[in-house]
Amino acid sequence: MNSHLGRRVLQVLPTLLLVSMLVFGLQQLMPGDPALVLAGEERDPLVLQQIRTELWLDRPIPIQYLHWIGGVVHGDLGYSWRIRQPVLQLVAEKLPVTLQLGVMAFLIAIGIGIPAGILSAVKRNTKWDYIANGIGLAGLSTPNFWLGIMLILLVSVRLGWLPPSGYVSLWEDWRMSLATTIMPAFVLGNAIAAVLMRHTRSAMLTAMDQDYVRTARAKGLNETVVVLKHALRNALVPVITLGALELGTLLSGAVLTEQVFSIPGFGKLIVDAVFNRDYPVVQGVVLITATIYILLNLLADVMYVVINPRLRGA
Amino acid sequence: MSATTIGATPAIPKPQSPAKLAVWRFCRRPAALLGLFVVTVFILVAVFAPWIAPADPIKTSWTAIRKAPSLLYWMGTDENGRDVASRVIFGARASMMAGVISVAIAAGIGVPAGLLAGFVGGKVDMLLGRIVDAMLAVPNLILAIALAAFLGPSLQNAMIAIGVTAAPVFMRVARGATMDAATNEYVEAARALGNPGWRVAIRHILPNIVPPVLVQATLAIAGAIIAEAALSFLGLGQQPPAPSWGSMLNSAQRFLTQAPWLAIFPGAAIFLCVLSFNLVGDGLRDALDPRGK
Amino acid sequence: MRRILLAATAVAALLPMAVHAQDAPTQTLRIALNEDGDILDPTLARTFVGRIVFAGLCDKLFDINEKLEIVPQLATSYEYADPKTILIHLRSGVKFQDGTDMDAASVKYSLERHATMQGSARKAEISALDHIDVTDKLTVKIVLKSPSAPFMAQLTDRSGMIVSPKAAEAEGKDFGLHPVCAGPFSFGERVANDHITLDRFPGYWDAKDIHFAHVIYRVIPDTSVKLANLQAGAVDLAERIAPSDVAEARKNPKLTVAVFPALGYDSLNLNLGNGPRSKTPLGESKLVRKAFELSIDRTALMQVLYNGLFQPTVQGIPPSSPYFNADLKVPERDVAKAKALLAQAGVKTPVPVTIGVTTSPLSKQLGEVIQSMAAEAGFDVKVQATEFASLLSAEASGDFEASAIGWSGRPDPDGNLYSFLATNAPLNDSKYSDKDVDTWLDQSRATTDVAARKALFAKIVTKVEDDLPILYLDSPSWVTGMTKKLSGFRTVPDGMIRLQGMELAK
Repeated sequence: MNSHLGRRVLQVLPTLLLVSMLVFGLQQLMPGDPALVLAGEERDPLVLQQIRTELWLDRPIPIQYLHWIGGVVHGDLGYSWRIRQPVLQLVAEKLPVTLQLGVMAFLIAIGIGIPAGILSAVKRNTKWDYIANGIGLAGLSTPNFWLGIMLILLVSVRLGWLPPSGYVSLWEDWRMSLATTIMPAFVLGNAIAAVLMRHTRSAMLTAMDQDYVRTARAKGLNETVVVLKHALRNALVPVITLGALELGTLLSGAVLTEQVFSIPGFGKLIVDAVFNRDYPVVQGVVLITATIYILLNLLADVMYVVINPRLRGA
Repeated sequence: MSATTIGATPAIPKPQSPAKLAVWRFCRRPAALLGLFVVTVFILVAVFAPWIAPADPIKTSWTAIRKAPSLLYWMGTDENGRDVASRVIFGARASMMAGVISVAIAAGIGVPAGLLAGFVGGKVDMLLGRIVDAMLAVPNLILAIALAAFLGPSLQNAMIAIGVTAAPVFMRVARGATMDAATNEYVEAARALGNPGWRVAIRHILPNIVPPVLVQATLAIAGAIIAEAALSFLGLGQQPPAPSWGSMLNSAQRFLTQAPWLAIFPGAAIFLCVLSFNLVGDGLRDALDPRGK
Repeated sequence: MRRILLAATAVAALLPMAVHAQDAPTQTLRIALNEDGDILDPTLARTFVGRIVFAGLCDKLFDINEKLEIVPQLATSYEYADPKTILIHLRSGVKFQDGTDMDAASVKYSLERHATMQGSARKAEISALDHIDVTDKLTVKIVLKSPSAPFMAQLTDRSGMIVSPKAAEAEGKDFGLHPVCAGPFSFGERVANDHITLDRFPGYWDAKDIHFAHVIYRVIPDTSVKLANLQAGAVDLAERIAPSDVAEARKNPKLTVAVFPALGYDSLNLNLGNGPRSKTPLGESKLVRKAFELSIDRTALMQVLYNGLFQPTVQGIPPSSPYFNADLKVPERDVAKAKALLAQAGVKTPVPVTIGVTTSPLSKQLGEVIQSMAAEAGFDVKVQATEFASLLSAEASGDFEASAIGWSGRPDPDGNLYSFLATNAPLNDSKYSDKDVDTWLDQSRATTDVAARKALFAKIVTKVEDDLPILYLDSPSWVTGMTKKLSGFRTVPDGMIRLQGMELAK
């Protein structure tokens, strides 16, 4: 166990280094001169030159990279070229928004996915199983930007129940905050619900096959008690562990969902930054996202080993 | 269903070839068959679009702008007076091609890399593993946007971008399957007999990684269709005036209140198509991997 | 917590003038912006929406009115001592939002900051400035390098914004994070991509015209979503409503939509001499360009794209300008004549043309409509949609045949013409070069005589319409939606939201 995990921990840094090179390199490949975008409509040549000098754009690319990564090592992610706020400050502003969205999405996913998974395992091969599976697959198959558009159309435009977009923070007005985030959270959560449902189904099937469940049944215990108390408790751990990995999917999904709902979170920050060629923001945000993703993976690995004693020797 | 009955498969001698067995299992799943049927319909629609479509998908008509669905235009017309039904039908071409070609690219990069990593192991595995980790750690839409912008906007380049972005998953699947297969006795035997590594890899290991790769490919086509729609939705895929479901949604967003049919039909097409590929993928997985994970 | 503190300070500030306390406005005005602005430093700022926020934050020496005339703001008047020397008289008793006095020294400081600060985006606008002297506490003398008619117009925009020297010195490059000016509202807070809040500045020189306690600018890029917010009453005013949404908005009894002419233009910029991609029939032959123009029905184009709310045009000067050349008519579509011109030019048909557009749906639609129209006259148009940053770079580097990047417009025609048409000027991506046009452009800068300039501009736009380096399509309109409760909105062609005089009925 220790050697396996030790190796995984040691891999984090080189992976992050590669991520940093990948994102830096990709940006250099993209056409579109950041100085031109920044110079505004007038594109005054003098201004262009100043911008290039100031942002080190006139230096060799490896030097630019070292300059940036040097700052990162010291905890300085630079500042947004467009609005001149430090990247870290932007992240601190946007991360809670996406986090709120993510937590809500995850709760929705658990709320739908786990009961549906239990249902389809208990009622295996009945119409309930197929219906639950069908709904799960439908969730996986809906492009989330389209689902978002349809929800806005139905719930906001036609019914007028919820605000169509925008964001209000929890501290300002929690009711409004929930109202503005519930639709995007559902859009994000329904795809994860499908994944959770599948994990739950297979974990439950395994658990219900175990001896202690059979024993409980043989003792004549109520089926509901057997399922909920004995099987579920054991099935839940791997489900949650595997579910945590879905947080990565969530970050990716947030990119378009936030665009559709005009939510000023991480996803919108990065898409806008890519289109505006705001390199430090793209680099900083991708690096932070990647770090979160890698750490979550690591966490899932640890959990997996912890609950799967057989793997410890490996 | 079959999981319990076939729990003992490894012990089955070989009255039936594994391929036939898989087909038999697949056919016993109505959902998978339904998916296959719909996928086939979509493929036929894509291939025979010019014959099926009621109108020219790029023919504009300034007197029929944003007309609601009717007998004449059964999915309505768009902001340039073009027939939405015809555009949805021709859009199937973009989506099918995007799905199949980008997955072919992804598998073309990912499978050899995975085979190499799994078979050679050591430093090569280590290096490839880190690259894959790095690519997976970047939100894939961002990766695809950057690649598509770099290559220049066109449907072909969007496919390349999606393919490259999806390659790491194939690499992981192929690597895992390779490592599984490499521990098989006959592979070890083949190696012990002094067969060169590349030959063992191709003759003995490759066949073993086909099933999981096939499953992954079907599911990845579903993902790639959504990815193409997403890129086109952001304006980086199909070029105007040619239709693609994503670019139709992109222009539909402006008319959500006045002309909702512009958003409903292409989105429904994506949904149906992706759902069918997912059903087929699920069916395939159960058929090829009876132990079911 | 912050709010409470603010309220406490406000009360404290109002105590001495308890008589007026009941008049202090309490309402908040909520404005929807199309996108987020950039840095809020008038010297460094570059975006259009940034200017909208500045209209609440920073007063300028002069303003423009509905007729594009220069009117007083922080300055009360100006006069030319000679063609190169301008005397500007300042309003007395004006305070910056940090309580310091706005005087001649701060005007000198601000203009010099615009002219010299590293990264200043104002340098080109006021490049005619040689130096500035403080004559007395409320008078400055501006000396130009050479006579420049457009110079005064620049002082009606960001170049004319006066910042608090004390705050600017203290903050340096970070001034844009907490700007301090002499406008009606002071900076409150900003959350990038979300909102900017401004708070009423009680010491504003024209405080009687201000009827809001706060102004919140919310960023809502999606047009349908913006309209939905307006309909739901979540915002009071939304700039740049999509023309296709106007009918919908007008159906709502609570809303009103103002449509008024803007200063800019939409165009196809044609590559006449910028690198190898100019070597096309379209780039090389005036006849082909004319044929291309005649194949386009501008009126129908306006109908399809903008519900007929934008004006077809063939010149860079907006119709609202006193310099607009009314004699230059928009040609009718004439496919037969276009075909004849192509035959006369001796080019092989169909003539291939690639039009670069942005990925915005409207821009793509523009390409599609032109494609379909031009096809009938024998053009094989390819529409290439690229995201804006790439399109911009492509155009600047000559990697284009025709490119649909328009211009937001300036009050003086010089701002719409010179940089695009003068040989080797910075925005002349077509690499158009014509001796006569160059001469006329320079002459139009050297004189301040309106009639003389009008004659020169008429000659310029006529010649340009003949040469067609830029195929002007339309002169856009501002489409601003607002609640009927809101009064006092002014339809000045620069599209700024002037908060003075605006009021919300209870």
